Amino acid sequence: MSEIDTIPVSLTVNGRKVQRFVEPRTLLIHFLREELNLTGAHIGCETSHCGACTVEIDGASVKSCTMFAVQANGASVTTVEGLANADGTLHALQEGFRQMHGLQCGFCTPGMLMRAKVLLSENPDPTEEEIRFGIAGNLCRCTGYQNIVKAIQYAAAKLNGRTYQEAAE
Amino acid sequence: MNEMVITRAEREARLEGMGCKRKRVEDVRFTQGKGQYVDDIKLPGMLHGDFVRSQYAHANIKRIDASKALALPGVVAVITAEELKPLGLHWMPTLAGDVQAVLADGRVSFQNQEIAFVVAENRYIADDAIQLIEVEYEELPVIVDPFRAMDPDAPVLRPDLAGKTTGAHGPRKHHNHIFEWTIGDKSATDDAFANAEVTIKELISYHRTHPSPLETCQCLASFDKIKGELTLYGTFQAPHVIRTVASLLSKIPEHKIHVIAPDIGGGFGNKVGAYAGYICSIVASIVTGLPVKWVEDRMENLSTTSFARDYHMTTEIAATKDGKVTGLRVHVLADHGAFDSCADPSKWPAGFMNIVTGSYDFPVAHLAVDGVYTNKAPGGVAYRCSFRVTEAAYCIERAMDILAQKLGMDPADLRMKNFIRREQFPYQSALGWEYDSGDYHLAMQKAMDAIGYRELRAEQKAKQEAFRRGETREIMGIGVTFFTEIVGAGPSKNCDILGVAMFDSAEIRIHPTGSIIARMGSKSQGQGHETTWAQIIATELGIPADDIMIEEGNTDTAPYGLGTYGSRSTPVAGAAIAMAARKIKNKAQMIAAHLLEVSEYDLEWDIDGFRVKGNPERVKTMKEIAWAAYNSPPPGLEPGLEAVNYYDPPNMTYPFGAYFCVMDIDVDTGVAKIRRFYALDDCGTRINPMIIEGQVHGGLTEAFAIAMGQEIKYDEMGNVQGASFMDFFLPTAVETPHWETDFTVTPSPHHPIGAKGVGESPNVGGVPAFSNAVNDAFGFLGTTHIQMPHDAWRVWEVARRLGLHG
Ligand code: FES
Ligand code: FES
Repeated sequence: MSEIDTIPVSLTVNGRKVQRFVEPRTLLIHFLREELNLTGAHIGCETSHCGACTVEIDGASVKSCTMFAVQANGASVTTVEGLANADGTLHALQEGFRQMHGLQCGFCTPGMLMRAKVLLSENPDPTEEEIRFGIAGNLCRCTGYQNIVKAIQYAAAKLNGRTYQEAAE
Repeated sequence: MNEMVITRAEREARLEGMGCKRKRVEDVRFTQGKGQYVDDIKLPGMLHGDFVRSQYAHANIKRIDASKALALPGVVAVITAEELKPLGLHWMPTLAGDVQAVLADGRVSFQNQEIAFVVAENRYIADDAIQLIEVEYEELPVIVDPFRAMDPDAPVLRPDLAGKTTGAHGPRKHHNHIFEWTIGDKSATDDAFANAEVTIKELISYHRTHPSPLETCQCLASFDKIKGELTLYGTFQAPHVIRTVASLLSKIPEHKIHVIAPDIGGGFGNKVGAYAGYICSIVASIVTGLPVKWVEDRMENLSTTSFARDYHMTTEIAATKDGKVTGLRVHVLADHGAFDSCADPSKWPAGFMNIVTGSYDFPVAHLAVDGVYTNKAPGGVAYRCSFRVTEAAYCIERAMDILAQKLGMDPADLRMKNFIRREQFPYQSALGWEYDSGDYHLAMQKAMDAIGYRELRAEQKAKQEAFRRGETREIMGIGVTFFTEIVGAGPSKNCDILGVAMFDSAEIRIHPTGSIIARMGSKSQGQGHETTWAQIIATELGIPADDIMIEEGNTDTAPYGLGTYGSRSTPVAGAAIAMAARKIKNKAQMIAAHLLEVSEYDLEWDIDGFRVKGNPERVKTMKEIAWAAYNSPPPGLEPGLEAVNYYDPPNMTYPFGAYFCVMDIDVDTGVAKIRRFYALDDCGTRINPMIIEGQVHGGLTEAFAIAMGQEIKYDEMGNVQGASFMDFFLPTAVETPHWETDFTVTPSPHHPIGAKGVGESPNVGGVPAFSNAVNDAFGFLGTTHIQMPHDAWRVWEVARRLGLHG
């Protein structure tokens, strides 16, 4: 084994308390995926460009390849595995992405969903332009974004008690 | 609900069969973070492999010293070409008939080439070890410009081929020449040019780029020494081909290799080939007795696992004064990089470049392609297109615009004048293809009407005048494209990969309770096969799509197929599904006849079962028939209800489309704003319109990226420039235009359900539409052809060269 010392971290992940020893250089995305087996968040670049690794930390969107696990000490982290509603039903965004065909290969999807969740908490009824700007840190190679925008609009409508009228294109 | 009273429409709707915008089955797991991609798989004792890569584009390797790395705790092995030699695995054959170094054998020929494979307990230690390995190089002169590759004094890039004057595709003219491939009637074409009233000639280059799926290439190899079996998980678009290649190389019998392609995070051609990482992981697992995972990072992906395009097409058209084309002559200089590992069907070194006559009725044509080696990454994959079809479409669609400009004709009118007419199908092209079906005039007219083409031209004219008067700094471009693709490779008479004919396959099994499992030789990477394949079966067999499970990617259970690329899934695997379903239906008809005590010929199919002709009350549904197949089959008939089909297509399919791009360019900033993009596609029968439109959106976004900036560039030393998402242009939601989609339907006459495939059309048709728009914007200022990519800097440069900046 490596001789690098490990240090303790303690954080909340999807509502559960987690304590582990990690190397200081362990990236949060590796900690989540390999230590906690939460493989929803993905790695598309490891250079903070693609957003596939996006999770929510204390209410903010964070690219988890950009942060060390030890920096999340004491924080509350939500990954896509923790997105569904408490009663087990799907979050409006999860429903919206399926209804509006907002995903294809699904690799960007966990990051997109988690980014969109924070976007809607900051701006519950965004315009198309605001959505496009709001998800600009998340790349998708498959969909061309048009149906992702609709998926987020669908979710916004649902969370605001409205029915979204448009169909997936 | 009372089953008896439901209407025919309700019965039909319940199936969610072909034509239905069925929501995707895959999304349920993907939206909950429960997809299973390669890097999500962990096996006990798993090790991680990573590469030491060359910092030079061309150099001899004098010495590799791994002693410090091997001394690092957690490092298990370091593999170099020396270790692979005794196994005969230091070189591997390529799909294109060349050989490629798995690990550099005394010499590196492109930057980031694989030199050593480090195996360690985790990825961090592997990375540490890489830093500790010393490689001593002796630099050699570098060739990056394909136009210099065949200079008499050009350095020899492939000493291993010394003295070989013949390659896999005929004679080699020079030590850096790979092949020359020609097709068409040269003398008749030369005559057409000699007698032409008007000719054009232009070098049209399609720059080097990369498919760059969001998930990189990766694998996990696990060799069981006791059983002598290898399990290989990987990002494979063609899992069965990988199994065959792995067996041929490793000598492990094919039945003892289990290749599994789990969920794949996009492919776009990148995941067709066999890469050094796969071979090294397999060897490392055999050597260590433990599972070994290899996951490339983004830089490695962009700079080593393949590339796309790098085609330099000198294009000539002969025509009459009034715009009738009379001949096409194209010469291509193809840059294949350090090794010829293009992923084409084996007999097609330039892919299907001979679709370059496009949608037009050229009486004669000639095409010659010269492939050359350079010190760049090898690969040559079809980035979301059938083999070299994007290059061909770009070539002819730019050239038609250049001809229109020379003739002073409207580019849409010129196309209309030269289209292959509906009554000419099946149409024999001058370069050897038989186009299956089309109605180009109808599609073009529909597109022109939808976008208001004549009004846009009038607006453009007014804007040009205003620009000349100095009232605006914006110029307007209208990009017109009408493309014809050739997809669905392909018929065994002309398509194979390493000798395996390019059929595809489906196996359908109906269970006693009337639900279905079906397996195919194709492999989805986001196309939604689990959804759409079930729709085909639902319509064919009358079982609701929700009761049908589709499984792909496991070579132990799926029938042999050639995989998913080149838009071949719907034309080939989709046909196999329909044919397998029809075998089942034939047997079901016999069972129904037995149950209803009538002759088979007295039965007719109706949505979800067979009914007695003239007595529609007497019905046996497929569900009832399924039960009977296991419970009370007719005497003499085998029990069970399942079928396999291996489909060898009689011909390719030829999807087509009319794309229009309207763009406004600010000559002072070089920024091009896409005002509208309209895409009309004809892919024959439409299986799931929602998924088709999604495919079109995604492909257009890729086309937008390629045309407007995406490029793998090299400096003169062979250093790859911009192999990261910092520099490699992937549009975000902000830059990406809004897409308008439309369609016509001309079924393929030879396909069982008339479908042609659509996934790649938008990339093929999109690139020329954007590029034509940029060229169209500047044309009135005197330009004839502006090379791609059209990023703001280059567009600004064009304006500067034209003296527009005062
Ligand atoms: S993996 Fe974190 S931004 Fe790409
Ligand atoms: S769905 Fe494939 S990257 Fe977004």
